[in-house]
Amino acid sequence: MIEFGYSLQSNRQIDFDLNDRRMLKYVRKNEPSIDWCMSCGTCASGCTAGATSDFSLRRMILMTRRGEEDELKTNIFRCRFCGKCINACPRGVNTRNVIYWMQQAVKNINAL
Amino acid sequence: MKSIAIIGGGVAGMEAAAKLSRMGFSVTIIEEKDQLGGKLMQWHALFPARRPSAEVLSNLKKQVKLGINTILNARVERIEKNDDGFAIVLNHNRMITAHAILLATGFDIFDASKKEEYGYGIYDNVITSVDLEKAFSSGKVVTAQGKTPKRIGFIHCVGSRDEKAGNPHCSKVCCVTGVKQAIELKEMIPDSEIYMYYMDLRMFGRHFEELYKEAQVKHHIQFIRGRLSEAFENQDNSVLIKIEDTLLGKPLKMNLDLMVLLVGMQPSGGIAGILRDLEVEKDADGFVKQTDNQLAPSKTNTPGVFAIGTVTGPKTIEETISEARAVTLEIADYLHNKVASRILMNENYSL
Repeated sequence: MIEFGYSLQSNRQIDFDLNDRRMLKYVRKNEPSIDWCMSCGTCASGCTAGATSDFSLRRMILMTRRGEEDELKTNIFRCRFCGKCINACPRGVNTRNVIYWMQQAVKNINAL
Repeated sequence: MKSIAIIGGGVAGMEAAAKLSRMGFSVTIIEEKDQLGGKLMQWHALFPARRPSAEVLSNLKKQVKLGINTILNARVERIEKNDDGFAIVLNHNRMITAHAILLATGFDIFDASKKEEYGYGIYDNVITSVDLEKAFSSGKVVTAQGKTPKRIGFIHCVGSRDEKAGNPHCSKVCCVTGVKQAIELKEMIPDSEIYMYYMDLRMFGRHFEELYKEAQVKHHIQFIRGRLSEAFENQDNSVLIKIEDTLLGKPLKMNLDLMVLLVGMQPSGGIAGILRDLEVEKDADGFVKQTDNQLAPSKTNTPGVFAIGTVTGPKTIEETISEARAVTLEIADYLHNKVASRILMNENYSL
């Protein structure tokens, strides 16, 4: 096969008119403190899972808010529930619960 | 009796006039519009507690009563300095004299049409925070097509922190104004989605951070960090915006029924002649220079000329009121010591 040097790429743009924000509503209903997050990143800087993988709760919460599911689906299960982020969060977000309900949302996305 | 001319009859001018008058000075307010009030007249409610502007305005106006000379529809044509103080020539050949001058001329609102890429004045459904405030006063917020907007976006820092727009400074009050307006809109249209596009949220004042959290938690207003590069109008007159979600590191697009530009404060262009005649210096940002930012914030480089409120940079109403009260002591000190020093130097004093 001839190599043309280019290929079809997936669109990496966040499209708010198409994205699905059921996950945010579901997590918010079960753990309202997800709305307290102001994306400071304190949770991610000390994260046990984040030290060895792409896991970042700051990003996960933003993806939930934007309805970006693809990266969320794989990364959200990397959390080890050590709970360091709960101690760190300056706004008192119940981060462990937020992650738990995000995992539930990913597992049950079709039933939401 | 020593006299003070206050140029500008907005929040700063009215408050200073009332206090100086009570201290026994002869006070004249020179206002270019046909009534006192300044920019406050355009506003519906004030952050953070959403107090009606009309309430603050009427309280300020109530203080400006007998004993204060108010000249409306007045434009300063020329100011001359003399041994006694100043001679101010107004339009229609009027002239007043004063021993001290207080500049309370306020700010200009950034002209959003200068950011052509945002489409203000070109696209139907792009408005400014000032337009929105007027819509709140009318009790109804609708799109140009008369529909209730379902998705609304606020663009922060329009004409602020923008060197190409000529304004390198932060206008300071727009962040919290935007949050206040977003909450008001959400309460008015509960099923609407509201998004704030910001570079930084500068919630510097008391109760401001709490208002930001209230917007997030109670009203589900979403904050997206990124600065709008350009907007497009769709066939149905909605507005398509493209922005970098800088916290996710991804480009983002969204259609909005209504886009609100949070326009900033910039130095007043109309006072160039006054500053020239008084030889008052400006800073690099165009606002009047304070001789000492910490210790003499309302003194200009010209003795006898004082400046308060947004003429020396963006300020809230609280800050402006504090300055207006503080400057009364500066002016009293200046007028008193000017006489005292002339007696000491055995000069002819005629104040």
